[in-house]
Amino acid sequence: MYTQALNSSDGEDRFVEDATRAAAFQARIDADERIEPNDWMPAAYRKTLTRQISQHAHSEIVGMLPEGNWITRAPSLRRKAALLAKVQDECGHGLYLYAAAETLGSSREELVDAMLSGKSRYSSIFNYPTLTWADIGAIGWLVDGAAIMNQIPLCRCSYGPYARAMIRVCKEESFHQRQGFEIMLTLARGTEEQKAMAQNALDRWWWPVLMMFGPPDQASQHSDTSTKWKIKRFSNDELRQKFVDATVPQAEFLGLTIPDPGMTQDSEGHWRYSEIDWTEFKQVLAGNGPCNRDRLAARRKAHEEGAWVREAAAAYAAKRESRRTAQAAE
Amino acid sequence: MTAASITVSETPLVLYVLRRADDALVLGHRLSEWCGHAPMMEEDMAMANMGLDLLGQARELYGYAAKVEGKDNDEDKLAYLRDVRQYRNLLLLEQPNGDFARTMTRQFFYAAFSDLYWRAMMASRDTTLAAIAAKSEKESAYHLRHSSEWMVRLGDGTEESHRRAQLAVDDLWAFTGEMFAVDDSERGLIDAGIAIDPESLRTQWLATVARVIDEATLKLPANDWMQKGGRIGQHTEHLGHLLSELQSMQRTFPGATW
Repeated sequence: MYTQALNSSDGEDRFVEDATRAAAFQARIDADERIEPNDWMPAAYRKTLTRQISQHAHSEIVGMLPEGNWITRAPSLRRKAALLAKVQDECGHGLYLYAAAETLGSSREELVDAMLSGKSRYSSIFNYPTLTWADIGAIGWLVDGAAIMNQIPLCRCSYGPYARAMIRVCKEESFHQRQGFEIMLTLARGTEEQKAMAQNALDRWWWPVLMMFGPPDQASQHSDTSTKWKIKRFSNDELRQKFVDATVPQAEFLGLTIPDPGMTQDSEGHWRYSEIDWTEFKQVLAGNGPCNRDRLAARRKAHEEGAWVREAAAAYAAKRESRRTAQAAE
Repeated sequence: MTAASITVSETPLVLYVLRRADDALVLGHRLSEWCGHAPMMEEDMAMANMGLDLLGQARELYGYAAKVEGKDNDEDKLAYLRDVRQYRNLLLLEQPNGDFARTMTRQFFYAAFSDLYWRAMMASRDTTLAAIAAKSEKESAYHLRHSSEWMVRLGDGTEESHRRAQLAVDDLWAFTGEMFAVDDSERGLIDAGIAIDPESLRTQWLATVARVIDEATLKLPANDWMQKGGRIGQHTEHLGHLLSELQSMQRTFPGATW
């Protein structure tokens, strides 16, 4: 947490939150003004944003694991360097998203602890395994592609620090997406084994990626207020449809088949996909995805095994400070 | 089906460049193993940074080795299709990450050397090596600063961090001598002004190491027995495992383009 003065915490907000302030706040949002950390904001706005930004940060950090799984086995030096740089970018995204969340009054430590204890979520997509090199292509192409669909509107989100963070994140994500597509293209133009690997990755990632946009509109809990506050500008189903429409021709270009035999194009040109298996989505959210336990265990292990390092750094900083004070007193 | 190892015509210059390329790749690979598992996010960033620098150095050096050799080899064949006995890196750099103290100590011992080494190599008569040196020197200077700062924090941090750092220094010390060794094949290159004599860096290296170790309240081991063998392909048991992972795709799918 940095030391700039932040305005009142949730508890205080409830007392001062009167109708006039709330109306003035909403008027600013309606006028497309940006809300900044020191501005008054309703407690629920603060809470919603803290939840969303920290979940986004956790997703970046947990998202390092499935791709990190292939850094040591990347098939060429160029791919190895690109993948390491990509996973490093994700760590960077995590860092500045935590910094954006901190401007709302929670520390990075608290937020990370909430993730490690299972109280705070990260994107379910990272609970699926990366089994072959093609999964690295599929993640870049599809997972980052879906993330961009979700995140581009967030560049205009009403909360200033989040919107600004998203501008940078989106630039890097679109680079990652092109890189992923290029991996898929290389595989699709490669040997029979490579093509089969690419198709299999698409088969496994397609439906989980569609679930990334969240529950269907009629079932989404958070949408109404988020829309009113201009945190969310498009509905889950709208974004999902945009993604599908953009992706179908890309799959065609790759010569790969989207694993949805029932998919049809309607008269307006939209690709209508089949029913999504929301039971799977709920199971993964409930902790029953193929990698939920592994992901959390890996993050907890890194955190626990790194504790002595963080303690050493803190102890050293304290020693240095007390030596400096002692010197100054002489 | 698995891909067989290539053969390399190791003329003195090819061998010299391969040795440095292997150093950079093996240490870069080790650092990349941390990605996503570091003690703090800032260190995830820093170790990935250093790993990327080293991978970049490795690619340039392999590319140059392939060019000098003038056969059908390229950076990927040199990295992925030589077996453990054909690898020429320093034993120090293939040592497992262990805990964070061990990783930083390995980095520190090497960076204190590579910083001096690349700076001296900027004067190489070989213009390609001089250009690679100019870039690598800047990177090594950062690696040295970063790892030195951690040596001090860990050595002068808590009792536990001190104990771990001292253990790492004691265990890795015997691998530092190899950095200064010169064989006949390198002697000719030194005489020709293409390579520098690492022996000329030893005093300064030891001064840097001793200063940081002292500031870290750690001690240098009295044992001066030094392990060697990496430069001629006689490695510790650890390298084979590293290579089996690193090379798995290229070995499993011969001839494929990725």
